[in-house]
Amino acid sequence: MINKKHTISVLVENHAGVLSRISGLFARRGFNIHSLAVGITENPTISRITIVAEGDDYTLEQIAKQLNKLVDVIKLRSVKNEELLSRELLLIKINCTPAQRPELIAIAEISEAKISDVSQTTMTLELSANQMRISAFEELLKPYGIKEAARTGVIALQKGANSLTG
Amino acid sequence: MSNRMIAAKALVKCLELEHISTVFGYPGAAVCPLYDELSRSSIEHILVRHEANAGHAASGMARISGKPAVCCATSGPGALNLITAIATAYMDSIPIIAITGQVCTDQIGKDVFQEADITGAAEPFVKHSYLIKDAEALPDTVKKAFYIAATGRPGPVLIDVPFDIQSAEIEFNDDDYSKTVDIRGYKPGTVGNKLQIKRVIEAISEAKRPLICAGGGLFSKNSFRLMIKMAEHCDIPVVNTMMGISTIPSEHPLYHGMIGMHGQKVANRAMNECDLLLLLGARVNDRAVLALESRELKVVHVDIDPAEIGKNLPATIPVVGDIKVVLKQILEQLPQKKHTEWNNELKKQTADNRSSSPAPVDRTSAVNPKSFLKILNRLIPSDSVIVADVGQNQIWTANNIALSGGGRFLTSGGMGTMGYSVPAAIGAKKAAPHREVIAICGDGSFQMQMMELATAIQHGINIKVIIMKNNRLGMVRELQTERYNDNLTAVFLDGSPDFIKIAAAYGINGDYLTDEKEADKALITLLASKKPYILQVEVNESAVSLI
Ligand SMILES: Cc1ncc(C[n+]2csc(CCOP(=O)(O)OP(=O)(O)O)c2C)c(N)n1
Repeated sequence: MINKKHTISVLVENHAGVLSRISGLFARRGFNIHSLAVGITENPTISRITIVAEGDDYTLEQIAKQLNKLVDVIKLRSVKNEELLSRELLLIKINCTPAQRPELIAIAEISEAKISDVSQTTMTLELSANQMRISAFEELLKPYGIKEAARTGVIALQKGANSLTG
Repeated sequence: MSNRMIAAKALVKCLELEHISTVFGYPGAAVCPLYDELSRSSIEHILVRHEANAGHAASGMARISGKPAVCCATSGPGALNLITAIATAYMDSIPIIAITGQVCTDQIGKDVFQEADITGAAEPFVKHSYLIKDAEALPDTVKKAFYIAATGRPGPVLIDVPFDIQSAEIEFNDDDYSKTVDIRGYKPGTVGNKLQIKRVIEAISEAKRPLICAGGGLFSKNSFRLMIKMAEHCDIPVVNTMMGISTIPSEHPLYHGMIGMHGQKVANRAMNECDLLLLLGARVNDRAVLALESRELKVVHVDIDPAEIGKNLPATIPVVGDIKVVLKQILEQLPQKKHTEWNNELKKQTADNRSSSPAPVDRTSAVNPKSFLKILNRLIPSDSVIVADVGQNQIWTANNIALSGGGRFLTSGGMGTMGYSVPAAIGAKKAAPHREVIAICGDGSFQMQMMELATAIQHGINIKVIIMKNNRLGMVRELQTERYNDNLTAVFLDGSPDFIKIAAAYGINGDYLTDEKEADKALITLLASKKPYILQVEVNESAVSLI
C-alpha cells in the first residue's frame, strides 16, 4: 500500500493530559506524525488538534479508530486533500546586510510575506501559507543563510459550509 | 439540607451506590483517608499481599459477576505495582476500577516521597483515567469511571486521588449521585447496522461451510446463549479462542475446540476450510489466527470495538455493535439450515481426538496432564470456575478442560501474565462463593503468587489450587528444546520449596499426586475440602504443551 500524508482534525476536551494521551497513542502504535498543532476553538471547553500523519490507508483507518476510542476525543475527521483549507505560519530569520535589504523586501512582497523584524545583520520574515508555499519560500531564502526558523505546524479546516463542531 | 463530608467518605458512598461489596487492596499513607472511611462502610476490604494481586482479584471478580470490580493501592510503589494487573485486564477487556492514592495536589510534579505519575504511566493500559484535582468532582468522576469501565468494550479505569482531595470537605447527597452519564466523547454504539445485518443473514444462507469462532466478548451479558442458539438454528460448527473457552459446553456436538498456535488441529482445520467465518466477540490476535490461506473466504466480524475490526484480519462484513443486540438482530430473521456433510467431517475428527488416549508417560512417578484433566472433568461440579495460569499448564488446561453449561474458564489470554490464577481465583470465589473455584498453575507461576495463600486463609476464601509441578519453567523449556537445540538455560526451578509444606505453614492442607491411579482419590479430597486446599501434581519434565 502507498504511504500518503493525511490531515486529521480532532476535537478534544480542553483539559490537562489530553495532548499526552494523543501523542502517546501515536508513539505506541507506531504512527508517524509530521506535524501537530493545538489551539482552542470557538467553544472554550474544546480544543482542535490538527495532525498531519503519514501512512497507508490501513494505518489511517487505525489512527482514526484508535483516536476515536479515547474518551477525551469528541469528534474527528480526516480531511481529503482536495477539500483542505490549510495554513502554516513560518517565522524565519535570515542573514541580511543593509545592502541586501531591498532584495529581500522584494522577495517578501512577491511571496506575500511580512517583515516582522530588522537588525543590522538580520531580517525576520513571517509567512502564513499552505505547506507547499512555505517550503518554496524557505528554499528561496536559503542562499542568504537562514539563522533560525520556526513553523507552527499545519492547521486546517474543511472548505465549504461543512464544519466539525463539538 | 446540607450534607458535608470528606471526599473519601463520599467516594466510599459512591462505591456503595454502585453495589460494590468487596474491595481488594493494600494501604499506605496516601490512601489512609479512604481506608479510614472504608472501615466504617458496608464494604469488605480484602488485604492482598501484593498490589498486582488486588488487580487480578478484581479481574477474577469482574469476570464472574459481569460487573466492574474495585482494587486500590497507595501512591508511588503501590500504584506502580498495580500496573501489570491493569494492563492484564486491559488486554482481556475486563472492567476493573483501580483507585490509587496520590501525593497532595501542591506537591505533584516535585518528585516528593512516593510520588509516581500513575495516570501517565498507566495510560497505554487503561480505557480511561482520571487524576482528581477538584474534590467536588469526585462523585461524578466515580460515576463516569464505572460507566466507562462497564459499557462498550469493557476495560480498566483508573482514578488517582491526591491525599488532600480525599480529606477535603464536599457536599454530597446520595440522590445527587447522578443516575445518567453523558460524556460527549464517549458514545458506544450498541445496535448493528441494519444493512450489515441483512448481509450477514445472506452470507449465512449462502454458506456451505460456515464456522463460528467464539471469543471472550460473548461472556458479556451471557450473549453466548444466543451464539449457541444461532449455531444450533443453522447447524454451524463452533470453535473458540482461548478467551472464548466455556462460551459453549465442551460436550456440545457442534463444538470443536480452541484455535490458534496452541489449539486443536481440528479447530484450526475448520478455520482453514470454512467458507464463511463468523467472528463473534473475538479480536483474533496473532496467536489465535494462524495465517488464513488467501482463498475465497467471507469473514463476518462482530465486535463492539470498531478498531478491532479489520485490524488483524480483513472483514468482508464488519458489524459494530453490542454482541447481544447484534445476535438478537440476526436471529430475528435467520432461516434455519443444515450442514450435515461439513459437520460430519469435523465431528469425526473431534470424536477421534476425544477418544484417543494420551501418550504413555516414560516416568512412573509422573502424571499425564491430559489424563489428569479428564479425571478432573469427571469430578468437578458443572458450574465450576477453572482459572488457568500461564505456561504449559495453561495450554494443557485450555485444551483438555471440559466444562458443561454453567462452567467458566478464566485465564490471562492477551497479556499472558504469570501469577494471575490464584488471585483471580480469589476474586472469582468472592463473586461466587457457592461455586467451586480452582486455580491451575505451574511451579514457576505458583511462586509468583503463593503469598496470596495468606489472603485466602485470612479472609476465609475457599479456593483450590492445583500445581502442575515439572521443576521447570516448562513452556520456556519446551521452546528451548525445540528452537534452541535443547540448550536449557534459566528454566530450572531448583531451590523451590516443598509446596505442601509451604501450604501447611499457612495452615492449608494439601497433598502430592505422583501416580495417576491416585488422581480420583486426591481430587475427591480436594473438592470435599471446606477450606483452601492445594494439590501438587508431578508432571513429566519433558512433557509437551500439545498432548
Ligand atoms: C510475568 C511473566 N514472566 C515471564 C513470562 C514468560 N513465561 C511464559 S510461560 C513461562 C513458564 C511458566 O512456568 P511454570 O509456571 O512453571 O508453568 P509450566 O509452563 O511449567 O506449566 C514463562 C517464564 C510470563 N508469561 N509472565
